[in-house]
Amino acid sequence: MTASTALLARGLVVRYGAATVLDGADLEVRHGEVLTLVGPNGAGKSTLLGALCGDVDLAGGSVEVLGRPLSSWRLRDLARERAVLAQEHRVSFPFPVAEVVRMGRAPWRGRPEEDLDDDVVAESMTATETTHLADRPFVALSGGEKGRASFARVLAQRTGVLLLDEPTAALDLGHQEAVLARARARADEGAAVVVVLHDLSLAAAWSDRVALLAAGRVVADGPPTDVLLASRLTEVYAHPVEVLRHPATGDLLVLADRSARPPARPPARLPHGQEHP
Amino acid sequence: MAFVVALLAGVVVASLVAAGSGQSPIPLPEVAGSVLHRLGLDLGPLPTAPRGDATLWTVRFPRVAMALVVGAALGAAGALMQGVFGNPLAEPSVVGVSAGAAVAAAASITFAWTFAGEWTIALCAFAGGLVTTLAVYALSRADGRTEVVTLVLTGIAVNAVAGAGLAFLLFVADTQAREQIVFWQLGSLNGTRWPYVGVVAPFAVVGCLAALACARRLDLLALGERPARHLGVDVERLRIGLVVVVALLTAAAVSFCGIVAFVGLVVPHVVRMVTGPAHRVVLPASMLAGALVLVVADTVARTFVAGADLPIGMLTSLVGGPFFFWLLRRTRRSAGGWG
Repeated sequence: MTASTALLARGLVVRYGAATVLDGADLEVRHGEVLTLVGPNGAGKSTLLGALCGDVDLAGGSVEVLGRPLSSWRLRDLARERAVLAQEHRVSFPFPVAEVVRMGRAPWRGRPEEDLDDDVVAESMTATETTHLADRPFVALSGGEKGRASFARVLAQRTGVLLLDEPTAALDLGHQEAVLARARARADEGAAVVVVLHDLSLAAAWSDRVALLAAGRVVADGPPTDVLLASRLTEVYAHPVEVLRHPATGDLLVLADRSARPPARPPARLPHGQEHP
Repeated sequence: MAFVVALLAGVVVASLVAAGSGQSPIPLPEVAGSVLHRLGLDLGPLPTAPRGDATLWTVRFPRVAMALVVGAALGAAGALMQGVFGNPLAEPSVVGVSAGAAVAAAASITFAWTFAGEWTIALCAFAGGLVTTLAVYALSRADGRTEVVTLVLTGIAVNAVAGAGLAFLLFVADTQAREQIVFWQLGSLNGTRWPYVGVVAPFAVVGCLAALACARRLDLLALGERPARHLGVDVERLRIGLVVVVALLTAAAVSFCGIVAFVGLVVPHVVRMVTGPAHRVVLPASMLAGALVLVVADTVARTFVAGADLPIGMLTSLVGGPFFFWLLRRTRRSAGGWG
């Protein structure tokens, strides 16, 4: 089966002042697959995602959504086709979580699908384990709870394209799995899903395809086993990286290689945390 | 919903009581009777006091109507501005929009402009309010949001410039215009006549209706600009539209009554504590609560000291100033510092 193209980016160039953050990045996202963007801090992952969703001004290149140039879409029509989960989760007033999730239904107002609002909101909250938070003000939630509530809002939008910027940030191990499993399930139903991730083992476990970014370009794009090679990662991350197979499941395990570490050095870690464009 | 109905009942009762109180008190049933007779309903007693009916219709009712209109406009302007800025401390008088509108209106008095007849002052106030709102908006935003510190400091700067403008106008104005401008800076509903209400009301009504039409999109704006855009809101157009509406409402409030500060700050805040932050409830409730507050405040202003008509702006600032400070402290605490 040849899956249809949901998003197509060609030769994206983005500059912030004098710095070129994206330098001719190409990307194709297809229906029915989870595509993960990985790469070191500053490689341009979030900027690429921002360019795909139209948040970032392009100095060059083009983005097509469902075969039409991004700029030709009416915002409301686009919001019924594509949902975006930002890295930051902020709400200005103390809206209860249930109302924040319901905001995801806004693009469907005045259409037949509006009748499904209650069910979709309830289902999205169940899927993200946020039902018990329904009446709590969003602003009073912990970082991880905010992330899950925002993810519930994005799910409630019921779109065929999902763009998720670090959906697992601030989540515990169990919820990381749950969020990615849900994204995976949406892809299996036919959605096109783009996820920015830092954890390469997570990326390997849940993606159909991994795009590795370095210095504003996509340097490798393909199935996890082809892209996540120890030698390539060692070079791109400028840090020794080991790629192992789980002895029982065969899953790829990507680890920082600490064998060469001199005993006195502080423990080396994978780059982790918030990334700034 | 019950809250909105209660507010509506409160507004009706307060209006009747307000119309009945004054130097020659008129009992509540007679006030109600007078209104009903005017509506063509032969119900209730008519005012028995000498010239009672005339007093009601030429002096008291226009003033009450003006209080209702101005109060609703202030409540709506505050709620709207807080929604646009995503900041609970935004309010026309705090950020200097009221002062900007007042400068333009004062200029039209000082230089005796009459290019639009009796609408001149209101139109000038609108123009001044629009320019100031746009200026505040452009100056106080960074990365798509407005920090508390930036907003308050921008307000200080804008108020300072507007204050200089008013001072200049006071300096060059003749005695009569000077008195009128001073009266304004204090804020008062004294001397309201029906034609003034006729000028202010359309501004307020158009502003309030436009605000209500944007309620749901304002909710989405609370998520931030980009998330709102991803939910289908044309954020740029909404913002510009709302800035115009805020200027319209502020002009309605300022053009004849001067600067009545802090109503737009206190009212939506209290309303939100009762109803939650959804704008489709907060906006109408803030309009009603604003109208109620201003009718009550104006009644207090003109009856508290016998024979003296206290400036209403003085009263609202007396209550609103400390409230603003409390809100500031609370915002700071919840944000874990300035932010």
